[in-house]
Amino acid sequence: MTPREHTPSAAQLRRSAYRRRQSVHSVLIAAFSTAALGTLLVVAVTGAPGWDRVRRSFLDPEIGADALPAVLDGLWLNVRLLVCCAAGALLLGLVIAVLRTLRGPVFFPVRALAAGYTYTFRGLPLIIVLYLLTLGVPGLRLQGMPSVLVLGGLALVLTYGGYLAEVFRAGIESVHPSQLAAARSLGLTYRQTMRHVVLPQAVRRVAPPLLNDVVALQKDVGLVSLAGPIDAVRAAQIATAQSFNYTPYVVAGVLFVLLAIPLIAVTDWVTLRSARRQSGG
Amino acid sequence: MALLRCRGLRKEFAGQVVLDRLDLTVDEHRVVALIGASGSGKSTLLRCVNLLEEVDDGTIELDGEDISDPRVDADRVRRRIGMVFQAYNLFPHLSVLDNITLAPRRVHRRARAEAEAQARDLLDRVGLGAKAHAFPDGLSGGQQQRVAIVRALANSPRLMLLDEVTSALDPELVGEVLTMIRDLKADGMTMVLATHEMGFAREVADEVCFLDAGRVVESGPPEQVLGEPTQARTRQFLRRIIEAGRL
Repeated sequence: MTPREHTPSAAQLRRSAYRRRQSVHSVLIAAFSTAALGTLLVVAVTGAPGWDRVRRSFLDPEIGADALPAVLDGLWLNVRLLVCCAAGALLLGLVIAVLRTLRGPVFFPVRALAAGYTYTFRGLPLIIVLYLLTLGVPGLRLQGMPSVLVLGGLALVLTYGGYLAEVFRAGIESVHPSQLAAARSLGLTYRQTMRHVVLPQAVRRVAPPLLNDVVALQKDVGLVSLAGPIDAVRAAQIATAQSFNYTPYVVAGVLFVLLAIPLIAVTDWVTLRSARRQSGG
Repeated sequence: MALLRCRGLRKEFAGQVVLDRLDLTVDEHRVVALIGASGSGKSTLLRCVNLLEEVDDGTIELDGEDISDPRVDADRVRRRIGMVFQAYNLFPHLSVLDNITLAPRRVHRRARAEAEAQARDLLDRVGLGAKAHAFPDGLSGGQQQRVAIVRALANSPRLMLLDEVTSALDPELVGEVLTMIRDLKADGMTMVLATHEMGFAREVADEVCFLDAGRVVESGPPEQVLGEPTQARTRQFLRRIIEAGRL
């Protein structure tokens, strides 16, 4: 069916013209207020009595350029740790969340252990887990002890796995019971129902908060430097100590933000795509 | 021969008796309509038969096998029973085709190509062939419910349970779903349907059961139960239906 040829009425033309004027108006107002606020901020900061000193100690381009290679080296460690730890924590969180949904008396110890794990590691400060694993465990002097880096990564996985498990569990519980009834009525087993009906919907629903936690993890992976390995922040700290200037920290901060942008963009894209796929067809 | 035989079913929810010594027998190739007010136990009865709820007393036999025995493998029983829900309950993350082929592929271990060919065939028959790759949210209520019926049929069930399948639909979409059920009857499908569509119950059902407070108060051929009810409570229920303009 093709729609009939349509000529807008005079009233509609007046309405469209009015809306166009209004949107031009809005853009002008937005541009003006942004410019005003920006100017105000710049004037307030650069006009401050200590601005020259702050600029010298935080925004020295020469020192920044000198520190960049070392900070980038450190950042590479952050990136590798992030990828491994994010994968590990997501997997651990998913497994723990699924274990917590199991019913039946046989699974009581598994359920109790999984619950105990999420309670413990969400309550325990990351730094303490890091110290226990990277300083305490090597102290056992066991054979085949993994490196401090691996132990530090393990501490991150254990801590973040606890958070992610709760996010996954919220997703699983948000799937309506009628979906389970439909799946079971088709003869799917509990496992098949979880695998093909519940988890796909749950994971899609909690993808944004999951990725949000991954962004948080990105900042925390640097804490392994407490046990020795040199990450971007530690590299910046070393550079700062050599030059008595804080610019390397600013460099590291900017790099962290740049690293986060693609991850955040992916989060937004994933959210948008799942919303569109289900409603558009 | 009786395909389904329920004897003395009892079900309580938090101390409230929903099914009370209920008896129901459904012979093969017969269509039984359950009518009655909301809360009379129609949906609960269907959910108990499909083992989605556990009965508190009584027995349910399917093909002579006591399926209310807790030692029975519920998944194996459900493969023989198709169920369609009031709110369709399609899987929103799967396309129409994947909704239909999920059970044939995962439960019956059929090859994807074979399962999809069967699904397409069923979809074509109900005029939804063009919607195979659509997602449930992109379909009208009537289309969704027809897909849900096809999904249940893809398991080749012995018995179909239809739980107020037209109650959530706009009036102009009810017809397309009822036509499908009419065709199922013509194919000889055994069905138990809970319904508020009295006209349809009269037309399609071989037997109408009036439920009240968890019991079958009156049952028999539709002309008799809907036309000349003998029980006072049936008459009262039908009077209210007529006043609401639904008969």
